[in-house]
Amino acid sequence: MLTVNRYKCCYCGACVGVCPTCALELVETWLEVSTECKECGLCAKICPVGALEVRA
Amino acid sequence: MKCDLVVVGGGPGGSMAARAAASAGLDVVMLEKRQEIGDPVRCAEGVSKRSLHKMVQPEPEWISSEVKGARLYAPDGNSIVMSEDRSGGEVGYVLERKVFDRGLAMLAAQAGARVMVKTRALGLLKKEGAICGVSAMRIGEPLQIEAPLVIGADGVESKVGRWAGIDTTLKLDDIESCAQFLVQDASIDDEYTEFFLGNSIAPSGYAWSFPKGDKLANIGLGIQGSRSKPGEAVRLLRQLMKSHFPNGRVVEMVVGGDPCSGPIDSAIADGVMLVGDAARQTDPLTGGGILNAMKAGVIAGEVAAKAISAGDYTRKGLQEYEAHWREDIGKTLARSFQLKEFFVKLTDKDINQLIGSMAKEDISKMDLGGMLRILFRLNPKLLWSLKSLII
Repeated sequence: MLTVNRYKCCYCGACVGVCPTCALELVETWLEVSTECKECGLCAKICPVGALEVRA
Repeated sequence: MKCDLVVVGGGPGGSMAARAAASAGLDVVMLEKRQEIGDPVRCAEGVSKRSLHKMVQPEPEWISSEVKGARLYAPDGNSIVMSEDRSGGEVGYVLERKVFDRGLAMLAAQAGARVMVKTRALGLLKKEGAICGVSAMRIGEPLQIEAPLVIGADGVESKVGRWAGIDTTLKLDDIESCAQFLVQDASIDDEYTEFFLGNSIAPSGYAWSFPKGDKLANIGLGIQGSRSKPGEAVRLLRQLMKSHFPNGRVVEMVVGGDPCSGPIDSAIADGVMLVGDAARQTDPLTGGGILNAMKAGVIAGEVAAKAISAGDYTRKGLQEYEAHWREDIGKTLARSFQLKEFFVKLTDKDINQLIGSMAKEDISKMDLGGMLRILFRLNPKLLWSLKSLII
């Protein structure tokens, strides 16, 4: 599953822009991950601070 | 709640659209999902002075500093200077976005637009297939806003386009992963924006210093998404601080994604227009997006007024927006995209050669186009594939 390290996340929304399934939504400082997430990991790759991780 | 037009997003594009539409007599509601417009910043804050003045009379407090020109550093440390106002159109003022964005939202409000903060669009309302408004959440409570027209100015993370069937998903090649520190350092050049090139500094991107006055600067970098890995932008920025600004004091941190896809196939759908980063109208070469968003916002706001008075909210009725923004900024975006596609592939040796080749040329009065022509004359073999773009 996709995990969000909320201590690292700077809520910039770059991940939202690359998500192919529209599974991410940024609500001010809170990144929401919906069940549409296919765990492709594109968001983790783009994250400037490394707050996202796909864990088995 | 009912109105003529809902603008989703209260950045520069959204505010200019709301202002233009409200000035033309429309009943406009502008939604901003954050509780504070303009904060947190996701921007290096540079704009061309001349272009900004064409659109709006800036208040003194919107501007942090005015710069004289731009200096480009090759990976080997050699540098060249390009002159003020004309260096790619992205230099001139360094803004204070927190104040600037609020100022533009005030202009929209003064023109009559209703601004709603902490109000997040959740989706488009549809009746018999046609868009008839926006469903939103306002301070945690559901809110339906009925309107025949919606402008999506919802930034890099845009959803409005996707809801309307416009695929704005960015490929990793088409987004720069960016990190920036606001830095206090005696070594900062207060008069020049500086650009640092090189694959070990910022792979397929560049690093920058945009001075904000009194030895304060936005120092940051962007790297191509496909060459990024988790946390890479911040890691490289820390490395840049060590090598270039070892005594710098970091007083703020900014991160973000910058679209560099070039113009999208369509920025309109039935009942919907996209503006600014949402329409991927950022310049793919420089990453500058403020002025393009403002220009497109004005056009969209004016077309919205015409569409409402004509009663035609279909794609056809909004075609004027599509034609007008493409004519105004679309060609430059397409050209910048091709240049970007070329420059992101250059090795450090190539960049050293290009910048080194201009050591004896006086390019201090030149804009980006002029500099590219000189570069082509001096390095025809390396730049041959850009022939049609430069000459």
